[in-house]
Amino acid sequence: MNLFQSRVPFRFQWRYLLLLPLLFMTAFYLIPMYLMIVTGFKAFDEVSLKTIWQLPSSIAFDNYIEAYAKLTPYLWNSINMVVPAAIISSILGSVNGFVLARWKFRGADVIFPLILFGMFIPYQSILIPLVEFMRSINMYGGLPGLVLAHVIYGIPITTLTFRNYYATIPKELIEAARIDGADLLKTYFYILLPLSIPSFVVVLIWQFTSAWNDFLFAVVLTNPDAWPITVALNNMAGSQIIAWNVQMAGSLLAALPTLLVYIFLGRYFLRGLMAGALKG
Amino acid sequence: MPKIKNRDTLISIALVMPSIVAVGIFVYGFILWSLRVSLSQWKGLLPDYTWVGLKNYFELFADPRFHIDIRNTVIFTVVFVGGSLVLGLFMAILLDQNLPGESFFRNIFLFPMAISFIVTGVVWRWLMNPATGSRISGFNQLFHSLGLDFLINRWHTTPTWGIAAIALAAIWQMSGYTMAMYLGGLRGISDDLREAARVDGASEWQIYRHIIFPLISPITLSAMIILGHISLKVFDLIVAIAGKQLPLDVPAIYMWQVTFDGYFFGKGAAISILLLLVVSVLVIPYIYYNLKNEADV
Repeated sequence: MNLFQSRVPFRFQWRYLLLLPLLFMTAFYLIPMYLMIVTGFKAFDEVSLKTIWQLPSSIAFDNYIEAYAKLTPYLWNSINMVVPAAIISSILGSVNGFVLARWKFRGADVIFPLILFGMFIPYQSILIPLVEFMRSINMYGGLPGLVLAHVIYGIPITTLTFRNYYATIPKELIEAARIDGADLLKTYFYILLPLSIPSFVVVLIWQFTSAWNDFLFAVVLTNPDAWPITVALNNMAGSQIIAWNVQMAGSLLAALPTLLVYIFLGRYFLRGLMAGALKG
Repeated sequence: MPKIKNRDTLISIALVMPSIVAVGIFVYGFILWSLRVSLSQWKGLLPDYTWVGLKNYFELFADPRFHIDIRNTVIFTVVFVGGSLVLGLFMAILLDQNLPGESFFRNIFLFPMAISFIVTGVVWRWLMNPATGSRISGFNQLFHSLGLDFLINRWHTTPTWGIAAIALAAIWQMSGYTMAMYLGGLRGISDDLREAARVDGASEWQIYRHIIFPLISPITLSAMIILGHISLKVFDLIVAIAGKQLPLDVPAIYMWQVTFDGYFFGKGAAISILLLLVVSVLVIPYIYYNLKNEADV
């Protein structure tokens, strides 16, 4: 008997069997999170290899306090780097997207793909010049240099997302504004900008997440006192001295900001994700 | 009127020029700069642009470590891309059946995309604890307690195939993404089409085989390219799970070590240019066809 056939009686009950593989997959995705959260709450003497899957006998916040104390400066580095990086690259993307969507100048067909290519390159291929360049302008080692890198290498994806969005806005709306005497900048500020708040949310979230999660630029461009959380966490995990329960607590702290964004603004996150595959 | 138009053009140029110049320098200028470094004998802290032609490239092709890198990249790519496609399509088809709790499942499958490879790596390093016997832990212990002892293995410490275990963690992180791409495609197929096939007596399997799979095959190609170029660049995840060790070496790690730990800048640049070439072969046609399709629509 075919489980899908629409004329089978009690079809809705049979169909529910498909929930079993879905529940199995849910377990697969949640197991690492379970381990991370559970271990983070365990006391040191409970973190033996044998009992890793068991729930803690009592909830201890000590690990979070210890991990937080160790990681606070790096969390702040991440915040101080991610906020300006996300804002500046979103503004640039909006301006570029506006111009590229509206203005068909000669060469636009060449410029746009050339910009897009920048979001796919392996960053290793620009890493040596980037370090040399940052050294030569005295921006190596600190957060401003890292912000600059995220802003510039974020231009392709932010431009793409905004261009695709502005291209959907009816021409009539723009022309009506022009007839009323608005120039290019006024059209942008009074017509398009207010309409593009959702796109700003998408792009801000995307840039926030990718800069927060970045490791390569951070590890190459920053000195230890400017390390963002990813580098600090990797270092903490690499040392043999720090216990697993503290590492897991630290992992959760490092993951929490982007997880919260995902939980509360997941719809926008997904749109950014799809834009990354060029499907605006 | 023409006057206003000229002013608009000037403003437009002024608005996009900073970005175009920045991308021009930081992407294309820097790639050329890397290319130049790769053709030099620069080693040590001070730049040395003495021309050596393709020497660094020839040395790499003869380098056993680079051969390991290529092998590992191939294994990783096949396992990661293949696994993500199969799992993503499977989940998308299940989620397309109008089952209760659909958005709950979708959100669960996608959330790993929001966290960093570093966090994933730190947690998976513990899950994939290779110890056996009395020190058994992580997944191996879970398998043991479920009576699935045949699944117990050494994960990323397995000789030759260890990199495939890293790919499992990458599948965990990225398969939700393929699921979302496929689900978007499935949602784009009209119900009328399926209904018409059903009326004609097609079984549900035949509908998938002859109507739906052909319609979503462009998504498979897109996903292969997106995931494929990610797997060529893989770096963070391996570093977080296993550090930088030879059996799990890939070009991105080799490049990093040879350049920033060993100061062989010429050789490091050569690795990065080879990486760029392979990624370009995948990505340039992809960008071209995407924009061409967009123009045709």
